[in-house]
Amino acid sequence: MADENWKPKIIAIICNWCSYAGADLAGGARIQYPPDIRAIRVMCTGRIDPLFILKAFQDGADGVLVSGCHFGDCHYLEGNFKAAKRMFLLKSVLKNIGLDDKRLRMTFVSASEGAKWGMVMEDVIKTINELGPSPLKEFAR
Amino acid sequence: MAEVKKNEEPRIGVFVCHCGTNIAGSIDVKAVMEYARTLPNVAIADDYQYMCSTPGQNKIAEAIAEQKLTGVVVAACSPRLHEPTFRNATKAGGLNPFRFEMANIREQNSWVHMHQPEEATAKAKDAVRIAVAKASLLEDLVPKSVPVEKAAMVVGGGVGGMQAALDLANAGIKTYLVEKSPTIGGRMSQLDKTFPTLDCSQCILTPKMVDVYRNEGIELLTYTEVEQVEGYIGNFDVTLRKKARGVITPAEAEARGIVGGGCTGCGDCVDVCPVIKPNPFELGMAPRKAIYIYHPQVSPLIYTVDFDACVKCGLCVEACGEKKAVDLEMKDELMTVKVGTVVLATGYDIFPIEKKFEWGYKNYDNVITSLEFERLICASGPTGGHLVRPSDGETPKKIAFVLCAGSRDSTGVGKPYCSRFCCMYSLKHAHQIIEKIPGAIPYIFYMDIRSFGKMYEEFYYRIQDEGAKFIRGRVANILEDPVTKNLHVNAEDTLLGRPIDMEVDMVVLAAAVQPTAETEKTRRLFGVSCSQDGWLLEAHPKLNPCGTTTAGVYLAGVCQGPKDIPDTVAQAEGAASAASIPIHRGEVELEPYFAQCMEEKCAGCGLCVNQCPYGALSLVEKDGRTVMQVTEAKCKGCGTCGGFCPGGAIWMQHFATPQIVAQIDAFLLGGEQ
Ligand SMILES: Cc1cc2nc3c(=O)[nH]c(=O)nc-3n(C[C@H](O)[C@H](O)[C@H](O)COP(=O)(O)OP(=O)(O)OC[C@H]3O[C@@H](n4cnc5c(N)ncnc54)[C@H](O)[C@@H]3O)c2cc1C
Ligand code: SF4
Ligand code: SF4
Ligand code: FES
Repeated sequence: MADENWKPKIIAIICNWCSYAGADLAGGARIQYPPDIRAIRVMCTGRIDPLFILKAFQDGADGVLVSGCHFGDCHYLEGNFKAAKRMFLLKSVLKNIGLDDKRLRMTFVSASEGAKWGMVMEDVIKTINELGPSPLKEFAR
Repeated sequence: MAEVKKNEEPRIGVFVCHCGTNIAGSIDVKAVMEYARTLPNVAIADDYQYMCSTPGQNKIAEAIAEQKLTGVVVAACSPRLHEPTFRNATKAGGLNPFRFEMANIREQNSWVHMHQPEEATAKAKDAVRIAVAKASLLEDLVPKSVPVEKAAMVVGGGVGGMQAALDLANAGIKTYLVEKSPTIGGRMSQLDKTFPTLDCSQCILTPKMVDVYRNEGIELLTYTEVEQVEGYIGNFDVTLRKKARGVITPAEAEARGIVGGGCTGCGDCVDVCPVIKPNPFELGMAPRKAIYIYHPQVSPLIYTVDFDACVKCGLCVEACGEKKAVDLEMKDELMTVKVGTVVLATGYDIFPIEKKFEWGYKNYDNVITSLEFERLICASGPTGGHLVRPSDGETPKKIAFVLCAGSRDSTGVGKPYCSRFCCMYSLKHAHQIIEKIPGAIPYIFYMDIRSFGKMYEEFYYRIQDEGAKFIRGRVANILEDPVTKNLHVNAEDTLLGRPIDMEVDMVVLAAAVQPTAETEKTRRLFGVSCSQDGWLLEAHPKLNPCGTTTAGVYLAGVCQGPKDIPDTVAQAEGAASAASIPIHRGEVELEPYFAQCMEEKCAGCGLCVNQCPYGALSLVEKDGRTVMQVTEAKCKGCGTCGGFCPGGAIWMQHFATPQIVAQIDAFLLGGEQ
């Protein structure tokens, strides 16, 4: 790896009703996971404009996690379907600009899945660690 | 549209909480506070032991006045816990409450990185920076007040649902009680006695059933299911399916112009009906006809035709005669009612214990479940209260009770949780056989006896004194003697440390309980979450056990998790009280996270219109061009339209694009690179 001191910068954009609540539950249960992810809360994953994610990569993010409710469980019925569709399309955009599409991940974690949230954290961080720094990093302003 | 204060110089106050050692135990709070002081737009930063305490909240209000703050950030626990507290403190300081932003450095930081203080502190600094970036762009918002419909709905007419409906109606609220089966009463009407008082279950339940039936504030809708739910707290439009029951009530007869007609519950139809089916109320152990009632105490007392079984011979119509109560051409009807709040009380099912094949249920005649035991020991049950062996009709003398049958089971076949009433009802069963069958001995195979309630432990001692035998150990398997149909119970007595092979006449499995098959459908209709084991999820396990994350929807009884009758009734009263509050207040405030069209940017393409799941968006002509328009009353603020508009013309209040982008930039571009 180029930079010895490199630590992944990963941003998570997560919905208030399921994944954010699941992440809170993980805290209550004192589930320990690595600290490389910063979360931003939105009411629903449907809010997530693909431009937010492109902006994050442009800013030099090494990975982006989008996490919401399970299908059928979205607090607003179908926001997560819309989000999943958008993320799917976005993955091909990422490939086109030379980014490994594994840097963008969408997961579904419910309000009662604290342990799963911990596993998602471990797994996302592991994936990004394996991929190394984002090639776009040097262009970030 | 909320006024956007443009061009003001942001002045943010940052307050970092220690939360005793909850946060300060793994995060260097002082360092985070010092760091906040270096951030752009931060006018003041402070830290305090407990920000949610009165002095902590006062700090916020004072700083707003002294420092002329335009925004407030508190770095503490989760906004899901204390956002309302700090919004109020912000308001108390004279600032619009929506200018508050929270950085979660406890649930999503100090508690999950307990052994990495350096990384946790760095993460907390990032979180504060991200929150300050958002707070710098927050605008004044005004919550929207909506009126609340003065009516409530209770779904499920077991003891929980009945109690909730009675309380709501007695508080002066028109209440629809929706029950899918032909009668109210639920599981409790299948029970013989109830622990620990040994009251007859039907005797204490029927007065409640009568109260429900007579209560003028309750509209009882049996044989009815929820079909569709629209709207939100204060204004739920619920579509109900009144299933065709083939029989009309006297009131319905009157409406049809049949004088003195309608079902009187005489049962003349039953005598003539040629079709025989197993009665599900008796768990299939007794027959019923195609036209039936579950049991004599049903409420309402109206017969029901099982159209899946009915051969339409018309004999019942004839037998019914002038009352003209039977209508074999009846069709399902849909009706829509408007209610302000909803209580879900849909109860439970019994775990299919045949899945634990080592105990031979459904394979061996004399292995029964506890619910079957209830029916067999009940005087109004299929055997008139004589407990008999299904194999030969003999009275059993040695009876084994297997507790935790499928509960506290981590093999993956059963349920990991405790079903909470099996210990107690098995003690009750032991008492009942000692009382009813001279010389009978109950052998109770248990893991631990959980007799946690008021007078429960005393009941346990009483049953010990009465002569029940207790064997501590899980039953490994049960084998049937093919000739006698007796059963060999194999277990390890963990107190004596030796294996047991005991021959008994009958085995009663205290089968686990599980959510009903329709729970999944019901919870999705009402937008309620479930816990990992499928029970409906309360808003907070300790502090909000009756609420859900969907405002206006509350929970009562076993649908939220296993509980006995006293706990079910207590929760039902809690849920009814919670459900009555918005109705009595008459209005609720909705968070003003609405979409707004920025008309100067809107191209009028209409692509957003189909994105909205609530049909809140439409295209209108304005000043000679087409633009999108939001109907605020319909918008729930999910932001799905805002995430889609190709022109970025939709402003999502409190989650606006510039605000979110500022958060992303603050994390990735700000701070120590
Ligand atoms: C064998 C046995 C013995 C027991 N003995 C005792 C005892 O001695 N003492 C004690 O305190 N507890 C006892 N219990 C526990 C007791 O049965 C429960 O505490 C109680 O029945 C819970 O009431 P409920 O209203 O929550 O649910 P239920 O009684 O299950 O009622 C739920 C109701 O909702 C209806 N429903 C379900 N889904 C829908 C839907 N989608 N739409 C409309 N309606 C719906 C059902 O038809 C039912 O009428 C015993 C349980 C068992 C299994
Ligand atoms: S019409 Fe149906 S319900 Fe009536 S008697 Fe015949 S089979 Fe029974
Ligand atoms: S925010 Fe959601 S509910 Fe409101 S208009 Fe947009 S899509 Fe519809
Ligand atoms: S609310 Fe969680 S994804 Fe829509």
